[in-house]
Amino acid sequence: MANRVVITGMGIYSCIGQNLDQVRNSLHEGVSGIGLDPARKELGYRSALTGIVPRPELKKKLDRRKRVCLPVQGEYAYMATCEALENAGIDADFLAAREVGILYGNDSSAEPVIHGVDIIREKHDTAMVGSGNIFQSMNSTVTMNLSVIFNLRGVNFTVSGACASGSHAVGMAYLLIKQGLQDCVICGGAQEINLYGVGSFDGLGAFSIREDDPAAASRPFDRHRDGLVPSGGAATLVVESLESATRRGAPILGEILGYGFSSNGDHISVPNVDGPTRSIRMALREAGVGIDQIGYVNAHATSTPIGDYNEAMAIADVFGSCRPYVTSTKSMTGHEMWMAGASEVVYSMLMMQGGFIAPNLNFEEGDEASSRLNIPNRRMDVGFDAFLSNSFGFGGTNSTLIVRKFN
Amino acid sequence: MTNDEIIEKIATVLAEEFEADPAAITPDAPLMETLELDSLDLVDVVVLINQNFGVTLKGPDFVGIKTFQDFYDLIIERVNGSK
Repeated sequence: MANRVVITGMGIYSCIGQNLDQVRNSLHEGVSGIGLDPARKELGYRSALTGIVPRPELKKKLDRRKRVCLPVQGEYAYMATCEALENAGIDADFLAAREVGILYGNDSSAEPVIHGVDIIREKHDTAMVGSGNIFQSMNSTVTMNLSVIFNLRGVNFTVSGACASGSHAVGMAYLLIKQGLQDCVICGGAQEINLYGVGSFDGLGAFSIREDDPAAASRPFDRHRDGLVPSGGAATLVVESLESATRRGAPILGEILGYGFSSNGDHISVPNVDGPTRSIRMALREAGVGIDQIGYVNAHATSTPIGDYNEAMAIADVFGSCRPYVTSTKSMTGHEMWMAGASEVVYSMLMMQGGFIAPNLNFEEGDEASSRLNIPNRRMDVGFDAFLSNSFGFGGTNSTLIVRKFN
Repeated sequence: MTNDEIIEKIATVLAEEFEADPAAITPDAPLMETLELDSLDLVDVVVLINQNFGVTLKGPDFVGIKTFQDFYDLIIERVNGSK
């Protein structure tokens, strides 16, 4: 018999707050975390817009060996995971006694790669790169570091699924627990923010250039959107079997009901309608819930013209006349990419707990597709019992999660 | 650079990088144990010495190095040509 899968801990380190309380307040008040990084212009970026995330100070928290192996997204992930473990009531003794796993979404580590190659080119001596660079450079950097820092002994690998990485990581954790292969998995997503990580993405012309008003630049579903705003940070969820959570008296924050996924089998960067539609329908089918039970849809919508249009078509096609509230929290955070699928579950959980739906900032006028949806541009003080969270990525990878209040 | 200047600089940069108590770094103290170095850390010692003295150490150079004085002697020899 399949296990029920619950969320017992959450942690967040993002541009709208560096812990759950700060983020809850930012969501409630509709605060944007977007700003400018002028150094990007000097490097030839088309847009200086970015989520602004302070770098954690870890010198008093981790010893030197652990710090030198962590890239910036690993630092964010460490902070988010400390918070998640704490509010899950998990301590070092629990981690030592149980086979707790880690599955984290991450799909780049550009800065250490570039830094290391620069040194090799200059010095012609690979030893001059130093001991930490290899561990910072690999895509699996977050899971390899956190598994060592927290002495984790269960499943341990990274999920790289472009901008759906974090969502797929949560989905994989859900499946492993549902099938009884793991009792407890730390999962999430991390995204680097630095000068180099999104340079080639900027080169595609995909970013908003509304630099005169950063808070208005990310405008998912709005007719006048002109591109996404790159962002980052990390989000962690502690996912556990209901039996394990109940046995140890853990706080149960919500239940993961379903995970859907699909691949577009189409263009490398241009999304379509069919793939996301199949992902949403699969998640609903797996969850065993009707469309009328979904009170809120946290959309992937990144503020690109074609992406938002096609997702709106998919949501409208699936939900028809039900018209649940739909927003994209990327209107506040920008696009947190590898992190987004996990952070948006955290954001949605905070809203579900708080009985409100954060505004889809900057949604002033819909287009032909988004006008079919129920998109509030101011906070709605309404409760909901279940939400659906979409995440899509380059290569046409799609992921959908459905979470419900626990009862 | 005088030999004393080299010794002082080595002790300072090692203490700072490896977050060791400077008072524990004495000529007769064991290098690896005092700084709690493992094999990965030795790569960073190589980088530090290159950055500060322009000297490139290789793995075999560490054979026989037990105390800080042994290490000082190695670097002094490379920088100034004799102990």
